[in-house]
Amino acid sequence: MPPWLIPYVLLLPGLLVIAGLLMWPMVQVVIMSFQKVGLPQIRGTRPAEYVGFENYTKIFENDLFWTSLRNTVVFAAVTVTLTLVLGTAVGLLLHKLGKAMSKVLIIGLMSAWAVPPVSAAIIWRWLFDADAGIANWLLNLLPDWLSQALFGQADWSGHPWLNDTVTIYLILILCVLWASFPFISVSVLAGLKSIPSELYEAAKVDGSTPWRTFWKVTFPLLRPVFAVLTILSIIWDFKVLAQLLILAGQTNREAYNLSLYAFTEAFNAPPKMGSGAAIAVVLTLILLVITFVHVRQMVKQGDELR
Amino acid sequence: MKHTTRRRVGSIALNGAAIVVLLFAVFPVYWMVATAFKPNNEIFTTDFILFPRDPTLEHVTKIFTDGVAGNSIWVYMGNSVVVALGTVLIGAVFSLLAATAVSRFKFKGRAPFMIVLLIFQMVPAEALLISLFLMIRGVGLYDQLLGLVVVNVALTLPFGIMMLRNFVAAVPKELEEAAWIDGASRFTTFWKVLFPLVAPGLVATSIFSFITAWNELIFALILMRDSTGYTMPVALRFFFGQRGTDWGAIMASSTLMTIPVIVFFLLVQRRMVSGLVAGAVKG
Repeated sequence: MPPWLIPYVLLLPGLLVIAGLLMWPMVQVVIMSFQKVGLPQIRGTRPAEYVGFENYTKIFENDLFWTSLRNTVVFAAVTVTLTLVLGTAVGLLLHKLGKAMSKVLIIGLMSAWAVPPVSAAIIWRWLFDADAGIANWLLNLLPDWLSQALFGQADWSGHPWLNDTVTIYLILILCVLWASFPFISVSVLAGLKSIPSELYEAAKVDGSTPWRTFWKVTFPLLRPVFAVLTILSIIWDFKVLAQLLILAGQTNREAYNLSLYAFTEAFNAPPKMGSGAAIAVVLTLILLVITFVHVRQMVKQGDELR
Repeated sequence: MKHTTRRRVGSIALNGAAIVVLLFAVFPVYWMVATAFKPNNEIFTTDFILFPRDPTLEHVTKIFTDGVAGNSIWVYMGNSVVVALGTVLIGAVFSLLAATAVSRFKFKGRAPFMIVLLIFQMVPAEALLISLFLMIRGVGLYDQLLGLVVVNVALTLPFGIMMLRNFVAAVPKELEEAAWIDGASRFTTFWKVLFPLVAPGLVATSIFSFITAWNELIFALILMRDSTGYTMPVALRFFFGQRGTDWGAIMASSTLMTIPVIVFFLLVQRRMVSGLVAGAVKG
C-alpha cells in the first residue's frame, strides 16, 4: 500500500459513519424543512411536496414557537450562569479543603454527575411530588410568617409543582444544575492545581483580598478553561429534552422548549416532519451562531487542529 | 492567638460549606435508593422518613417478576447492555483508527475533517432525529436494537475521535520510529507499541460512549416500537404514562439503571475529567 493512502484507509470507517449518519441527515433536515412531510410521505405513497418557506412562516406565526424559544433561551441563560457560578465556587472550595474532605466531596460530586439524565429527572420529580415530596415537607418546616412573607403562602401540603410552567422550569433548573455543576468544579480544580502557588503568595504579600486575587490572578490564568466550560454548558443546556419530557410530558404545551416542540411536531399524530425539521434547523442555527466564535478560535489555534 | 482563632473559624466555615455541598450532591441519589427499599406506607406519607423503618424488597421483586410494560426489567437491562456494548465495540475500533490517522499522519483533507468533528459537537443530536428516523426506517432497522446501535455509534463518534486523538498524540513518536528502525512492520508497530500505550485512553473513551448510549432516551423512544425492545430509559419513562405513579417500582428501576454508571464513573474519574476537558464535550 502506498504510504499516502494509509491515513485515508484508517479514516474510512469513521468517515463513512460521519458522512452517512451525521452530515447527510443534517442536509436532509434542511431539505425537509422546505417540504411537506406527513403520513403519506412517510409511508411513501406520495412524494414529498416542496412548499418553500411555508414551514418557517407557519412556525414563526405560531405563539407556541415563541414561548418555546423564550423557554429555551431563559432556561439556558439562567442554568448556565448558575452552573458556572456554583461550579467555580465549589472548585475553589475543593482547592482550599484538607485532603480527606476534598476526596470525600469529589466522590460525592462524581455520584451526582454520573446519574443518567432520565434518573435525575425522575429523582427531582419525586423530591417535588405534590403529596409525598420532600420539598413540600421542608417548606412546611419554615415558620408560617416567614413562608408567608417570602412566598405568599404558609401551607405547602399538596402544592402541585408540576402544574405550572414556571415551577416546572424551577425544578428543571435545579435538576440540570445539580447534575452539571460537579463537572465544572472538578475541571476548575484541575486548573487551579496547575497555577504555581508563588503567585498566590505574592498576591498575599501585596495585601490582596481573596476576591481581588480571584479576579486578578485566578480568572485570567484560567480563562481558557472557563471559555471551554461556558461553551460546553451552553451546548448542553440549550437542548435539554429527556429531562423535560420526564418532568413536563407532552401535554403541557406552555412548557415546551424548542427541542420538545420539534419532537412533538414531528412524532405526535398527525406527524408534521417538515415543520419539525424547520424548528430543528432554527435551533441548530442558534447554537452554531452562539458557538461560532468558539469554533473559529479553535480552528485558528494551530495546536488544536494540527 | 487571634490569628489561630481566625484560622479555626475559617476552617470550620470551609468544612461546613463542604458538608452542605456534599449533602446537596448526594442526598437526591440516597433518596432514590432509600425510596426503592421502603414499603408503600413509608413512601406515600407526608412525614420525613430518612431511613426505611421496615426495609423491603417488594419493589425490586415486583420489577423483576411482574415487570414493567409487560416484561421483566431484565429484558430492558439486557437491551441496554446490548446497545451500549455494541456502540462501544464498533465505536472503539472506528475512533481508534481515525484518531491514529489524524494525530500520526499529515494528509489532504485533515483540517476539514477536524472542523466537521468540531461542528458536530455543536449540532444537537435532536436536530438529526427526524432524518435519522426516516433513514433507519428506510433500511429496515426500525424496531431493531441494531438500528439503535448504529445511531449511537454516529452520535458518540465525533467526540470519541476528539478525545482519543489527545491520547494518541501524547505517545512520543520516537517510540514508533525506534520500532520501525528495528524492522517492525507498520502493523506490528501499531499493535505492539502504540496500542498498549493508548489502551487507557481507549478505556476512558469507551466508558464515555457506553454511558452516552446507556443514558440515551429520545432515539430509543422513537426507534423501538415493541416493548420487548425497550431500553432502560424508555422503560422508566413508561411508568409515567400510567395512572397513579408507582414510585417504589420507579425508584427500584432507576436505582438499577444508575448504580452501574456511578460505579463506572468512580473507577475512571481522573481520566474522565482530563479526557473530557481535553476532548471538550460530554453528551
